[in-house]
Amino acid sequence: MTGIVKLFRRDVRGTTADTPRRTFIRRALSGYFAKRYPLQDAYADWQAARTTAAAIKFDAVNRLDTHLETFARQAEARGTKVFFASTGAQARDYVLALCREQGVRSIVKAKTMTGEEIHLNEALEKEGYGVVESDLGEYIVQLRKEHPYHFVFPCMHLKRGEIRATFEKALGDVGSDEPENLTMVARRVLRQEFLKADLGISGANFLVAETGQISITENEGNARLTCALPRIHVALVGIEKVVPRFEDLALFLPMLGTAGAGQALTGYNTLYAGPRQPGETDGPEEFHVILLDNHRTRLLADPEQRDALHCIRCGACLNVCPIFKNIGGHAYGTTYQGPIGSVITPHLRGLQDWKHLSGASSLCGACTETCPVKIDLHHHLLQNRRNAVREKGVWWERLLFQGFGLYASHAALWRFGSRLAVPGLKLHSRFSGAWFDPVRLWTKTRTLPRPPERTFRQLWAERQKQKSPRA
Amino acid sequence: MNVSLFVPCFVDQLYPHAALAAAQVIEGLGHTVTVPESQTCCGQPAFNSGYWDEARPVAAQMLQAFAGADVVVGVGGSCSAMAKRFMPELFQGTPQEEEAKALAGKTWEFSEFLVRKLGVEDVGARFEGKVTFHDGCHGLRELGLKEPPRALLRHVRGLELVEMKEAETCCGFGGAFSVKFAAISTAMAEVKCESILETLGEGVSCIVSNDLSCLMQITGWLEKNGKPVRGMHLAEVLASR
Ligand code: SF4
Repeated sequence: MTGIVKLFRRDVRGTTADTPRRTFIRRALSGYFAKRYPLQDAYADWQAARTTAAAIKFDAVNRLDTHLETFARQAEARGTKVFFASTGAQARDYVLALCREQGVRSIVKAKTMTGEEIHLNEALEKEGYGVVESDLGEYIVQLRKEHPYHFVFPCMHLKRGEIRATFEKALGDVGSDEPENLTMVARRVLRQEFLKADLGISGANFLVAETGQISITENEGNARLTCALPRIHVALVGIEKVVPRFEDLALFLPMLGTAGAGQALTGYNTLYAGPRQPGETDGPEEFHVILLDNHRTRLLADPEQRDALHCIRCGACLNVCPIFKNIGGHAYGTTYQGPIGSVITPHLRGLQDWKHLSGASSLCGACTETCPVKIDLHHHLLQNRRNAVREKGVWWERLLFQGFGLYASHAALWRFGSRLAVPGLKLHSRFSGAWFDPVRLWTKTRTLPRPPERTFRQLWAERQKQKSPRA
Repeated sequence: MNVSLFVPCFVDQLYPHAALAAAQVIEGLGHTVTVPESQTCCGQPAFNSGYWDEARPVAAQMLQAFAGADVVVGVGGSCSAMAKRFMPELFQGTPQEEEAKALAGKTWEFSEFLVRKLGVEDVGARFEGKVTFHDGCHGLRELGLKEPPRALLRHVRGLELVEMKEAETCCGFGGAFSVKFAAISTAMAEVKCESILETLGEGVSCIVSNDLSCLMQITGWLEKNGKPVRGMHLAEVLASR
């Protein structure tokens, strides 16, 4: 077992035992469901919208090279600097070099999971650059030195009182724990940071190839300030975020709001089309877009799971996932939590180290059912299991299944064995749950059914005999 | 119609009466039921664990056992989904691909068979009391069987179906997952069972499902926690008179 799995198992033991927190998470999400489903039902045909969205993303992903080139050409035509980063390190170095060249002193950051993915804050801080998260949720987890709990709702696990305590520790007395008050506290601090900053870093929800724009969706308005006030704006965007046409946003923006947050449309949807143009009075002097691969092309090379690149990071699959709701976001130990994280992390960071996330699923399929762009999530978990075994199985598991295969592929042997089933079960029921019970992992928390008097085979044979006594 | 009954291995050994009830219901509608002797297991445990090479000989045994069948009816959503949905994938590119597709094409889950193949919703059953229904994930999402079991239950005289809030939420069984990640599996069972326990206040006395593996998880958790609730396979309800 690698250290990562051990850590996962340890964390899961803790979080699954924390019933109050699990209940809190479920309650928090019930508000989302109450808003989301009516909105979804208000679509003339939500299923058709999903099919269309999947088709657009299919085209986007299967002709990624062309679309990205178009994007770069159009963006550059308006003075945007586009950089293709193959790895996280290249992206980090690009930002660091920019900071040095431009004499950057202060940085604000809008919510960006790609930034988390490549550990951008850590890299900047190591070089002495302070970074302040401007998204309220991200700001809170930053103050707590935590990672986001959910890639759309970073601090959904925290209760009001915990947020107040966090603020008090960092900022002194803050008064009440009313959400409005806490928001005002953060706002006062963050406004100063916006005015001070000379570099704003963001991600993007969509790259529009046709027009060379990036599209950012948010509810607070902080991303607009991050992108507009500082002298330089850098957007760090995964290459899969591309959509071919401007009009595609007419489908994707409401869909993202609906599936992601239970909103018909998110508060602010802003398109950025380059740095300040001649004659304009505001906007950054420089606008850089870093297009990040960081192993996304490994997924692209896998025809079976390529559709995972359709993801618009709405987070809906997390919200419906019983695993996520019971183990919590931090237990995953990944940038992307929940079903989509369990699917893509093995591709992004190594199958053998991250295959346990694909194993830690009942394959219930709630994720696949909810995903607005129809990613076949739970079957991809199954494929990851298969791929991991193909590459390197566990010897005793293989032996077990080989043995079982031998037994189950010989009907006579099976018939003989099944006669032992009832006495075996009866014997087991005497020590069920004891420390030496071989199925203790089951019986510790659940009982087994009481053994029947006869197996179905036996019952059936008797019944047939009675029906035709001479046979 | 000549129906070959597919009795998943754990049903054979732990829940014989559910399979017997399924046979009775089908016979009651005037069809002949046979139980192929050489059936063993569908290979799902190995398949779901990623050991596809090891799953194939087991699944091949199933292909062979039902090769001569006209119609195969499975007692349980999960194993039926294995035959209908996953076997063609498992045998893709092997000499048995066509056989697997043929089996998939003629296999029906029990409630699906009654409602969609036979067009029967009323089997003449009588069962006094209120029940709640648990959707097994494989039946619900791999096979799309939200409606058939409910249609059948609606027609049972004396029975009232009380829907629980978390009807579609996974019970946490998931095969080997239930022991490999027992902590997560148990937490999921707890959420499911709390939703079931809520319905007891409305007079529910029995939890019905078309998947016995889920029922094993659910009733197992309830009993362990000192709140036993009777679990019944849909077929047992439908065989009640
Ligand atoms: S996989 Fe689908 S549901 Fe999950 S975040 Fe991506 S788009 Fe949303």
